[in-house]
Amino acid sequence: MQKKELIALYHEMVLIRRLEERAAELYQEGKIGGFLHLYIGQEAVGSGVIAARKPQDRVITAYRDHGIALACGVSAKEVMAELLGKKTGTSLGFGGSMHMADVEKNYWGGHAIVGSHLPFASGMALADQYRDEDGVTLCFFGDGATNIGYFHEALNLAGVWDLPVVWICENNQYGMGTAVGRASAVEEIYKKAEAYDTRAMRVEGMDVMQVYEAANEAIEYARKEGPFFLEVLTYRFQGHSMGDPERYRTKEEVGKWQENDPIGIFRNYLLENKVANEKSLNAEEFSVEEEVQEAVEFAEASPGPEWQDLIDTIYVDEYRMD
Amino acid sequence: MAIITMREAISQALWEEMERDERVFILGEEVGVWGGTYAVTKGFFDHFGEKRVRDTPIAENVIVGAANGAAMVGLRPIAELMTINFAFSAMDQIINQSAKLRTMFGGQFTVPVVIRAVGGGGRQLGATHSQTPDAVFAHFPGLIVVAPGTPQDAKGLLKSAIRSDDPVLFIENATLYQMRGEVPEDEYLEPIGVSKVQRTGSDVTLVTYSKMLQLSMQAADKLSEEGIEVEIVDLRTLRPLDMSPVIASFKRTNRAVIVEEGWRSYGVGSEIAARLYEEAFDYIDAPIRRVAQKEVPLPYNRELEQMALPQVADIIRTVKEVL
Repeated sequence: MQKKELIALYHEMVLIRRLEERAAELYQEGKIGGFLHLYIGQEAVGSGVIAARKPQDRVITAYRDHGIALACGVSAKEVMAELLGKKTGTSLGFGGSMHMADVEKNYWGGHAIVGSHLPFASGMALADQYRDEDGVTLCFFGDGATNIGYFHEALNLAGVWDLPVVWICENNQYGMGTAVGRASAVEEIYKKAEAYDTRAMRVEGMDVMQVYEAANEAIEYARKEGPFFLEVLTYRFQGHSMGDPERYRTKEEVGKWQENDPIGIFRNYLLENKVANEKSLNAEEFSVEEEVQEAVEFAEASPGPEWQDLIDTIYVDEYRMD
Repeated sequence: MAIITMREAISQALWEEMERDERVFILGEEVGVWGGTYAVTKGFFDHFGEKRVRDTPIAENVIVGAANGAAMVGLRPIAELMTINFAFSAMDQIINQSAKLRTMFGGQFTVPVVIRAVGGGGRQLGATHSQTPDAVFAHFPGLIVVAPGTPQDAKGLLKSAIRSDDPVLFIENATLYQMRGEVPEDEYLEPIGVSKVQRTGSDVTLVTYSKMLQLSMQAADKLSEEGIEVEIVDLRTLRPLDMSPVIASFKRTNRAVIVEEGWRSYGVGSEIAARLYEEAFDYIDAPIRRVAQKEVPLPYNRELEQMALPQVADIIRTVKEVL
């Protein structure tokens, strides 16, 4: 990556962090409803992988999706507006936190039934293969999703048909509050993929550059050869969702992981390699603050969707609806 | 008009649409080399090749799920489920995904998928392989549920379903595949979401669809010999439901019987009866009656299975009860 791209990547990771911190506040104020799953701590995974994609490469993920959306280039304004349920949001305010997509950015959501989007990824990759196009589908999901039938059906099909898909398991150590070892008979999750003859790799997920390197290899392999499985070891610093009492882990454990904050690690990398100096990084951080503030103002000033907007999304063809 | 079987009608619709549109492809269990477990796709594999006629693992969730994903990005998949009973294994994909994806993402993309599934009882397959759960699927906004009862409708509606940008569950009935009927020689489409009067009469409105249309026609012939003229409205599409021909007919006959193969409780008949009470209460001259499957899991034993399924005699008796 060039210097400019590295700075942009830093900007993006800080944006994900700050936007979500702000979202947590708005949730407490009752301005955001439903569930809110924060990506804080996992930024290096989404940012690192997506930095390695080409424009024709699709991205699809689970419900912890704000960070992935921003990494795909969705604007902070649209993300915030969706969180506030506004018509200017990614999904007209019909999806909320868990269902953000922006197909113009080749970002396909945001899916909240655990595992349900893994078959979509197989189907999307099939579409590329069918049309003889060279796109790769990048499918993110959590460690918990590897225990549901969907995972096995989707990986098997991708293997049988040699589909151009990269499976990215964000192993943040817990499926909600259940530790990986308490829910998965195979704790080294990448080995599950090997069972489907899928080439697999495990990588540390707190260092965005390591994730980026691995993703590059994975994506180019998938483009030429077929499915690739990337297990990325990471950690969420916040609860599973807002209001998580966090009885399943200790403050010491969380603190230990926070010592490896992906934003801090990348900041040091940029300074040590003289890509940037304190002053320029401070300027980036300041501009993120402004961007988040503008996003909140935009979202709050935006109108909500109309009833007819909802009706219009149900069927493409016109039918009598009663 | 040509006279062909239901199986041929469905097969022709698939064939013609695949010839017409390169984006259309079939995936499912045994659809390719085997030729379809009901021989609907016989010859397709040799003609269209393995790219467009794709045998899958026995994994309904990923059959429908991959179809959804491919549809989201512009292909037009036809996912075949060997029987509608296996659709329960893919329920999340059909109900939570196909039916909701477009709305949930603000209409950014369409999901032009067709899910073909065959249902119905009467073949001694036991309780889990003999169900008619159509009403379950018709419960959910966002899904289109089509269930034709004649070869003409099957062909025309399936072609419309494949061309539709909306997700369609296309329900066939296994015991109808051999049934023959007239089909136009030239290309034609039948509209989704439009009920059709299949027989005119002035004494009773009989509302039905799919296989029960055939039993209802037989019952109507026999009743006609006794001077009772039944008007039969075939729903053809369960969602979105077109009540207008039903209401129009009912306003003339003031009597209605609803015939369905599925269970009575919370069924299609419940919905139609409720709509008639809501929308045409002033025209009711007799209690609205339903003919449906008895409330039992269908047994293997032939005699008991037939006792549980609606028969022509049940329809005749019920019509007479409302006169």
